[in-house]
Amino acid sequence: METRSSEFKENATRALHDAELQRALENVPRGFIQRRLAARDRLPEFEALRDEARAIKDHTLAHLDLYLERYEAKVRASGGHVHFAADGAEAKRIVIEIARRLGARSVTKGKSMVGEEIELNEALSAAGIQPVETDLGEYIIQLRGEHPSHIIAPAVHLTRDQVEADFRAAHAHLPRERNLDEAAKLVHEARLVLREKFIGADLGITGANFLVAETGTSIIVTNEGNGDLTQILPKAHLVLTTIDKLVPTLEDVATLLRLLARSATGQDMSCYTTFSTGPRRPDDPDGPEEYHVILLDNGRSAILGTPFQPMLRCIRCGACLNHCPVYQAVGGHAYGWVYQGPMGAVLTPSLIGLDKAGQLPNASTFCGRCEEVCPMKIPLPGMMRHWREREFERHLQPAAARYGLKLWAFLAERPALYRLATRLGNRALRLWSRGRPRMSMVPLAGGWTRFRDFPTPEGATFMDQWQGRRSNG
Amino acid sequence: MLGRKPRVGLFVTCLVDLLRPSIGFAAVRLLEKAGCVVEVPQSQTCCGQPAFNSGDRRDTAALARQTIAAFEEVDYLVAPSGSCAGMIRKHYPTLFPEGSDDRFRAEALAQRSYELVSFLVDVMGVGDLDADYPRVVTYHDSCSGLRELEIRSQPRQLLAKVKGLKVTEMKDAEVCCGFGGTFCVKYPEISNDMVRKKIANVTASGAEVLLAGDLGCLMNMAGKLSREGSRIEVRHVAEVLAGETGGPPIGGGDPG
Repeated sequence: METRSSEFKENATRALHDAELQRALENVPRGFIQRRLAARDRLPEFEALRDEARAIKDHTLAHLDLYLERYEAKVRASGGHVHFAADGAEAKRIVIEIARRLGARSVTKGKSMVGEEIELNEALSAAGIQPVETDLGEYIIQLRGEHPSHIIAPAVHLTRDQVEADFRAAHAHLPRERNLDEAAKLVHEARLVLREKFIGADLGITGANFLVAETGTSIIVTNEGNGDLTQILPKAHLVLTTIDKLVPTLEDVATLLRLLARSATGQDMSCYTTFSTGPRRPDDPDGPEEYHVILLDNGRSAILGTPFQPMLRCIRCGACLNHCPVYQAVGGHAYGWVYQGPMGAVLTPSLIGLDKAGQLPNASTFCGRCEEVCPMKIPLPGMMRHWREREFERHLQPAAARYGLKLWAFLAERPALYRLATRLGNRALRLWSRGRPRMSMVPLAGGWTRFRDFPTPEGATFMDQWQGRRSNG
Repeated sequence: MLGRKPRVGLFVTCLVDLLRPSIGFAAVRLLEKAGCVVEVPQSQTCCGQPAFNSGDRRDTAALARQTIAAFEEVDYLVAPSGSCAGMIRKHYPTLFPEGSDDRFRAEALAQRSYELVSFLVDVMGVGDLDADYPRVVTYHDSCSGLRELEIRSQPRQLLAKVKGLKVTEMKDAEVCCGFGGTFCVKYPEISNDMVRKKIANVTASGAEVLLAGDLGCLMNMAGKLSREGSRIEVRHVAEVLAGETGGPPIGGGDPG
């Protein structure tokens, strides 16, 4: 996917001035936050589960090679195929090969951020194979030629009115006078249209929320059932996923599932939690004839053993996006690549490089809400700060900011000089204010005074007043 | 207990020092009333957050060492700011390698460092105040104080003891105001959007006065309120608890 993370600031400005987007974004805090809170409060052991979940993933990551081998052996034993892919190009080549061998003309897809990461749809189309997104949100943005703006709610940046207009344009064969004034009617229409696509598809591609090493099972959670139709109806089911989705046992998955939907949408469980283990067996009433898993690395193994390893615990619930005031202000597209919000700000520099994504870990107030709600207790602000340290070491920050910081630090590390500087600064501000209690313009503070007033110092600095009082008293 | 009055070193904070000394004096008064002997170590400057959050670990460590040395003699370090206290309590030890002398000293100071209001309640057991403030106020939970130091009930507990004062809670009191230190000048438009939402909630609460425990957040919200023509006054919670509300609120009060 084209990277526009380095333009975060410009993207954000555009987003803040996009009235339709701002209207859509109002739904983010309204829906997700209250429901998550209610779901958490219904489960007394929620906090204990977070610790357990963190331990499960930390253990898995520490022994990832072992669990990968175990998982691969189990998938093969159940008649499936496992393909390891180092990067996106390799993964796409494998997908196209499988699709061509099957003579596939149409491919249905469950929601997959990994698919976005490697630009799978573009590759399929270029190979003459039609990709059909079946998740409602993904379907909408595919119609619009856009990318997801949220890892679990891809079309959250759109209003219902926009979706209605898209459907009327795309579904021109349906009666023009039909009523689409409610979300439920839009869902119904998408179901009707997609049903044909499900039946006509030759290959179904899904992602995976989890992979289970002990059984060779891949698991998806959805609310629409589209994933099930995607993976059961076609001749072949292809799971496109990354190596960090592994967990050792079904028992472990049960723990993680108890956190996932509660953190994501505030549901106790998502409507569908689908386990698939290999192709259709002789006695199965349905299922695919072929079962493939592509285990993609694409930069994950390089994160292992670095300070950013905790990011590989992420289960993609989206809670950090939902609770992030910066995400709420600018939406997901501003982040300029596949992953958004705090998890995107930490993961993106690892995957596409700090030189391209350095803005993202800077665009945070470190308010800490993301870490507070993360079911996997990923220290997101700490890791964003760590990226800033790398940036500082590599001199990637703007020169003005760097020299400003150095000058300030030079003074702050010399208390006597600092006293003098603050005394002068304090006086200068008071002079500039000409007796007003606040200033609407202060030299060198345009970033502040463009939107807010700056308070005039009350009088001399605290240190000067304190010295005065002590010597008088 | 110590068997004598605890010696408290006031960590003034750079913003209070430069812009609003009355918060520092209110803190001194509250600490003295609670039975502490207050000192102001003269070799303190800034806790180092601007460097820390800009990725400059070397200067952060230098400032941490300076603060650690300045407060080595006192029983407690107390700051009228959750973010500076959080920096010292939670982050100073992480700046130095485990097992080093610096790490040991940083941990020793971290354990003795507190934000003002939580120190009064949790350490000094302050329950009563002789403050009087017959106004309707709302309280903003600043992020670092809330999430790093779990300060939520303490200020409300003490505000409930102020005669005539009524607290009305705003919606999303625990959501960031958009200050974020250097964030507000690095990303002014996003910061503006966040503070705009914040003051809409402040205004909707019906309060006459907005209180919080961090001057950075207070300046941000006060500056936005006055820019929007609001008459809501903004003060540090320590001013109200100390009964020092005679002077003008942050940024003035009268239309500037």
